[in-house]
Amino acid sequence: MSVPGDLSRRQMFLKIAILFNGVVGIVLGIPIIGYLLGPVIGGRKPGYQRWISLGPVDQFPSGQTRLATYHNPSTRAWDGETADIPCWVRHTEDDHFQVFAINCAHLGCPVRWFPQSGLFMCPCHGGAYYADGARASGPPERGLFEYPFKILDGALHIEAGQMPTPGLSASNCTKRPPCA
Amino acid sequence: MRLMQKLGAWLDQRLQLGAPIRETMAHPIPRDTASWFYVFGSAAMTVFGLQVVTGILLALIYVPSAGEAWSSLQILNHQVTFGWFIRALHGWGSNFMLAIVLIHMVQVFLFGAHKYPRELTWTVGIFLLLMTLGMAFTGQVLRFDQDAYWGLGIGASIVSRVPVLGPALVTLVLGGPIIAGSTLSRFFALHVFVVPGLLMLFVVVHVLLVLKLGINEWPMPGRLVRRSDYVEKYHALTRTDGVPFMPYGVWKDVVFSGLILLCVAACALYFGPFGPTGQPDPRVIQTAPRPDFFFLWLYALLSLLPPELETPVLLIGPVIGLIVLLALPFFSGEGEKSWKRRPIAVLTILLAAVALGTFTNLASHAPWSPVMDAGTGTPVPPHLLRGRTPLEIQGALVFQSKQCHNCHALGEGGGKRGPALDAVAVRLTGDQLVRQVLQGGGNMPAYGKNLNPAETTALVAFLETLHPAGQAPAQDASRTAGAQQ
Repeated sequence: MSVPGDLSRRQMFLKIAILFNGVVGIVLGIPIIGYLLGPVIGGRKPGYQRWISLGPVDQFPSGQTRLATYHNPSTRAWDGETADIPCWVRHTEDDHFQVFAINCAHLGCPVRWFPQSGLFMCPCHGGAYYADGARASGPPERGLFEYPFKILDGALHIEAGQMPTPGLSASNCTKRPPCA
Repeated sequence: MRLMQKLGAWLDQRLQLGAPIRETMAHPIPRDTASWFYVFGSAAMTVFGLQVVTGILLALIYVPSAGEAWSSLQILNHQVTFGWFIRALHGWGSNFMLAIVLIHMVQVFLFGAHKYPRELTWTVGIFLLLMTLGMAFTGQVLRFDQDAYWGLGIGASIVSRVPVLGPALVTLVLGGPIIAGSTLSRFFALHVFVVPGLLMLFVVVHVLLVLKLGINEWPMPGRLVRRSDYVEKYHALTRTDGVPFMPYGVWKDVVFSGLILLCVAACALYFGPFGPTGQPDPRVIQTAPRPDFFFLWLYALLSLLPPELETPVLLIGPVIGLIVLLALPFFSGEGEKSWKRRPIAVLTILLAAVALGTFTNLASHAPWSPVMDAGTGTPVPPHLLRGRTPLEIQGALVFQSKQCHNCHALGEGGGKRGPALDAVAVRLTGDQLVRQVLQGGGNMPAYGKNLNPAETTALVAFLETLHPAGQAPAQDASRTAGAQQ
């Protein structure tokens, strides 16, 4: 057998071997990438948002804004305190509530409610919001994030589960009427 | 001794590393490069070594679980023998590493060491800078306290602004829908495996390039770099005025590295470890999150940018910055090396230093953040209340109770979000004050819904008293004219 022929034959074997490893790579790669993208792919069905109770409606007196806490619906055993998420509940009248996310619509810092001046203020970059969550001043480009709410058996429920961020604004219901 | 020699020969016969190592040690370098200006690269590498060692030591105790990380840091600080010191070494080592990497970069740039044929060394160096920054940020997350928790929130909010992919990227970065256990695990994997692994690989390539291409000669004004003859001239220089790398090029590195390690240890001993601050409990909202020192400039930038510019600057700015840094040696790869003949290079460095310094300094005061407890904790200075009418004193009370003081300074105390009001009566008439208070504007919220007419009258009466002794308050010209007629 001639040397060049032998070489090309070995080269072909090498190419087949590389191809074979490429196939093996794909076989291994699909689960690896699937594993890494798990939080995104897995989150789509059925989604992270759930209806959660914030407790009896009478905990939130009419005309007041109070801090409430809920346990995030999707958690892991080792999440510790990070699974307990606070939110601001404003009882405007009768059956109407506004439930605001704690996160500033600018960059997510925890806003604080000042009842005397009727403002939410952010300690990070100085964002301020009116009592109804509308933007008052500072760097935020929009009002506070608002959770959809409904009243079920005398308890206030909100639809929550995912940390609201400026990019997610389409999926929360600031613009919609009460989403009960 | 003979046994050692035999063992050495036995190993070298198999590894065959002796000859290349001897060759590297003996290779000639330009005499000028054995300078105290050339010690920063090796010092950065030494501190990185310290970070690896102290990092492994911390991993013996640290628990990368959202529920337990914070308490494991407390145990390191207070119970484990020398645990506080190892934490302090790691924390201060991080600051020193970033500082030295930046100084090294500035020195390389001003000495023209990024020019032909060392473009790739610079490019790899930029990646090393990014990874060092990445280590600093992920390390700050592992110190899982309030600052880390809300810092992650800020990171997620920035990522979420990426068009289309934003929300999916946030979930990917956080490892789930919220900042929780999965988030910490992700950052642990990045900080402990992924980034340091890449960092080591790139350090090897970086050092290999330095050894292969030779250490940059001392830049002489007028000695221009040309692709056609640079390598030839460099070798001629090392032949005529060269010294062996070992010990000429090395002894100052060793001394400086030792000195830096000593400084890290001294800071660790004197200042102690960083935090952790409060527990990472999102329910504790009485917090004012602040980033670590090297990210303070970014915190200031995010506060001061006009809102509509923020997203473009955040998303496009870093890309442009990175492209400029990576492309730098390719569009200025030839010509003058000496900083004495490169005024724009010097000005660029000065401008960057002044900008970063100013932003960092501003961030340490954070004048844009309201002083959250000024309404209750910072009283109106007493001299502003002396000799005032009951209505005006009532106005001062409104000023405090409605948290005006959180954003407006009076005397020394109070926020700096809005203008200081010590002389507001000189600037605005009574009517203008009423309008400003009720309607807001100019970045001030409107208080129309939160002040009744009596409160507004009292508040404005108080504000009208705020003018320096010798300066008359502002008056409405039309009314004054009307009164005179």
